[in-house]
Amino acid sequence: MRLDATVGVAARGVNATLHVPAGQTLALLGPNGSGKTTVIEALAGLTAPDSGHATLGDISLFSHDGDRMRLTEPRARALALVTQDASLFPHLSVLDNVAFPSRARGASKTQSRAVAHTWLARTGVEELAARRPRSLSGGQARTVAVARALASEPRLILLDEPFASLDVDAAVALRSLLREVLPGRTVVLSTHDGLDAIDLASSVAVLDQGSVVEHGPTAATFERPRTAFTAAMAGLVWISGTWDEDTLALADGQHLEASGSGLEARVRAAVALDPRSVKLVPPETSSAIHDTVRTLEPRGDGTLRVRGFLLWADVSIAEAARLLPQVGDPVNFVIDARPRAFALEN
Amino acid sequence: MTKLPRWLVALAIVAAAFAILPLLGLASRANWAALPGQLTSPSARTALWLSLRTATTSTALCLVLGVPLGFAVAALRGVTRAVLRAILLAPLVLPPVVSGLGLLYAFGRRGLLGHTLDAAGIPVAFTTAAVVLAQAFVAMPFMVISVEAALAARDGRLEAIAATLGASRSRILGAVTLPGIGVAVAMGTVLAFARSLGEFGATLTFAGSLEGVTRTAPLQIYLARESDPQAAVALGLVLVALAIVIVAAAARPGRRVVQ
Repeated sequence: MRLDATVGVAARGVNATLHVPAGQTLALLGPNGSGKTTVIEALAGLTAPDSGHATLGDISLFSHDGDRMRLTEPRARALALVTQDASLFPHLSVLDNVAFPSRARGASKTQSRAVAHTWLARTGVEELAARRPRSLSGGQARTVAVARALASEPRLILLDEPFASLDVDAAVALRSLLREVLPGRTVVLSTHDGLDAIDLASSVAVLDQGSVVEHGPTAATFERPRTAFTAAMAGLVWISGTWDEDTLALADGQHLEASGSGLEARVRAAVALDPRSVKLVPPETSSAIHDTVRTLEPRGDGTLRVRGFLLWADVSIAEAARLLPQVGDPVNFVIDARPRAFALEN
Repeated sequence: MTKLPRWLVALAIVAAAFAILPLLGLASRANWAALPGQLTSPSARTALWLSLRTATTSTALCLVLGVPLGFAVAALRGVTRAVLRAILLAPLVLPPVVSGLGLLYAFGRRGLLGHTLDAAGIPVAFTTAAVVLAQAFVAMPFMVISVEAALAARDGRLEAIAATLGASRSRILGAVTLPGIGVAVAMGTVLAFARSLGEFGATLTFAGSLEGVTRTAPLQIYLARESDPQAAVALGLVLVALAIVIVAAAARPGRRVVQ
């Protein structure tokens, strides 16, 4: 079922518009506190929106009625929510948790348990059937929550940060399960990691402080991010300027060489770069972009992120030791290959 | 664990002695050899049996009515809740004799509702039903307070998830909320039963002391304390034993983590 939604929750500064074509997955991408959970919970009926409207196929999830919001009861929304804490019923076995949706729709205990067994098998956790939720690991609990959501045969699946606080192995296992069961279903998946969007979603909506700043097909959005925010979420170095004969004229008057087939002069344009293609060089290097060190961020992977006001680069510890950059020092960046610039205006 | 100051330990020993001495006092006056005979005497058996029957019935009443009342109070907000809670929980601290008077003027022959009940051919005061009403009146607050506190500790998330999975309101209540507060309901049940079993003042005022009809074990003990002190002690020891069992039962679920 197709989802079209504008979610407004004034108290949390959220006003976000999303569209998900039937049978596709949308990644709702944003950092912590950007309003992802609020949007998801408003769609599910756990949080009451105070403006906006949402339709799922032919049913309304919520809508305006003059000044009043008309909220459809959660049970009539025909969707399923997988929360970060899995929200399994603690007094029921794993099997009965997964049997819950069919029980709620009037199936007998035997019937609904048979259905639950099928879903536990499909999600690869049948051996957990008799266990209690409190004895499960985080990854197991989340997998059971996914099985329970699927068992409710929802027209929309909402996954709130499915990989949050899982260890690496559990995340890998859950990721491959989602890759298997999500295709063909209408899904909204919230995440703070651009890789999840690339991996699982055909389109992406980037959420910044409660608003969707970019919404489009995942690959195109990440190749040509239209905002610095989206580029940061995608892990790309991003810089914008004005197109000026084979160069991007930056705000401070410097020029970055780039290719820009079809770009008209004077249009607003940007380049998005793989951070590995940006290098630190001595000041006399031709075509270097001169910048000032703003922050130095040690990364977990043994590199140091040297962030200027215009560009940033990840340098190895050995290189960092040789250059000894300090905050406030001048710094010079070059880009390995000639980057492709794209227009920011439509 | 850090060591406690000595003066505190000393005070604790005094307190423990204060709690235990009366029990020892009871035990010291018991004629252990004659105990079986005293407990199987017709009046003791009648009183114990009446106590168990009425306490069980009033506990059931507390469950059927007190649990919904706890839900209703928990659903309220602000001043309304504070005021209603204060009124509903008053029987906890009211002198039982006052509760008995109140019951008399509500359900007694000339009471607010008693007149109607009487006309309908249902006399209440000074019947076994009055004993049950007196017990339920003083015991209900334990159930209400247990249920309300347990509900206040829930954030309603699991209920909301159950709703998205298609559960009706009744199913959410029966399959999610009630099991979730099961420990609290069990605790309320145990406390209500214990309070019902020990009820004395309200029962005497509202129901009287008629053997086999309204004379429960506490009333029998009070009556026998001068004419046959050893019989009173014997019956008293039975109530002590029951109280210890009940408290132990109530403490066990309390140790489990309430989710």
